[in-house]
Amino acid sequence: MIPDLGKYADTVLSSYAVSILLLVLLVAVSIRAARKARIELEQVEGRRNG
Amino acid sequence: MNLNALWEYANPVKFSRTVSLVLPWVSVLALVSLVVGLVWGFFFTPDDYRQGSTVKIIFLHVPSAMMAISAWFMMLVTSLIWLIRRHHVSALAAKAAAPIGIVMTLIALATGAIWGQPMWGTWWAWDPRLTSFLILFLFYLGYVALWEAIENPDTAADLTAVLCIVGSVFAFLSRYAVNFWNQGLHQGASLSLDKEENVADVFSTPLYVCIAGFVLLFVALVFLRTRTEIHKRRTKALLARERLG
Repeated sequence: MIPDLGKYADTVLSSYAVSILLLVLLVAVSIRAARKARIELEQVEGRRNG
Repeated sequence: MNLNALWEYANPVKFSRTVSLVLPWVSVLALVSLVVGLVWGFFFTPDDYRQGSTVKIIFLHVPSAMMAISAWFMMLVTSLIWLIRRHHVSALAAKAAAPIGIVMTLIALATGAIWGQPMWGTWWAWDPRLTSFLILFLFYLGYVALWEAIENPDTAADLTAVLCIVGSVFAFLSRYAVNFWNQGLHQGASLSLDKEENVADVFSTPLYVCIAGFVLLFVALVFLRTRTEIHKRRTKALLARERLG
């Protein structure tokens, strides 16, 4: 499945692993923060309106 | 197109509403472009005759480096809009973009070091482009720290905008250091209008797809994070009003 990367396999695979990990972390943290901010705002607005 | 209509998006409610409509589409496009570009680059491109399979790192290194610099220039534009027109959404957009810029710079530095080790025989060299990139990374950290350190949001926006203007020198140098100082290990631009300098077509086409993916991911994350900042600020304002009775 993985192409033959020869003697540079570790180099290429570690580059992809580090980059994808950082991107996934960035997206996950951003989504989590967005969800938290939305829920907090809804709670405060709910208290205000109700 | 009426450019004045753009200022309507300075209204936080209008901005949030538009983001809710656009974000799912931009996110899907970003995901598709990234998956297609990276799978194409990793699985379906040949080894380079000089660099072997390490050439596959180009599909991460070049787009992330481009976005690291572009994110700072986006922050510069939104910071200038804040300083000139005092639109809060533009200041929050700059704040939202900084962590994305940090990650892009980190990916560019990490993949560059990993790639440099077998090609140059070293993880790091005090080469003009590498050094200016490291300084840009430190500016990103300083920018985020400054936002967090100042209580008053308007003062924080003012001071970070000034820092952004100063840091733009290094963002500019990161891009053009190779041209200014014709020395160091780092080669010139991988993508150029000059056919002789450009990478081969077999690499450039998936590279363009990856760049499109990184740009779309950046746009999606800036939208999402800016809306988050708007929600946080609104919550803070409502809580302050509650406390006042």
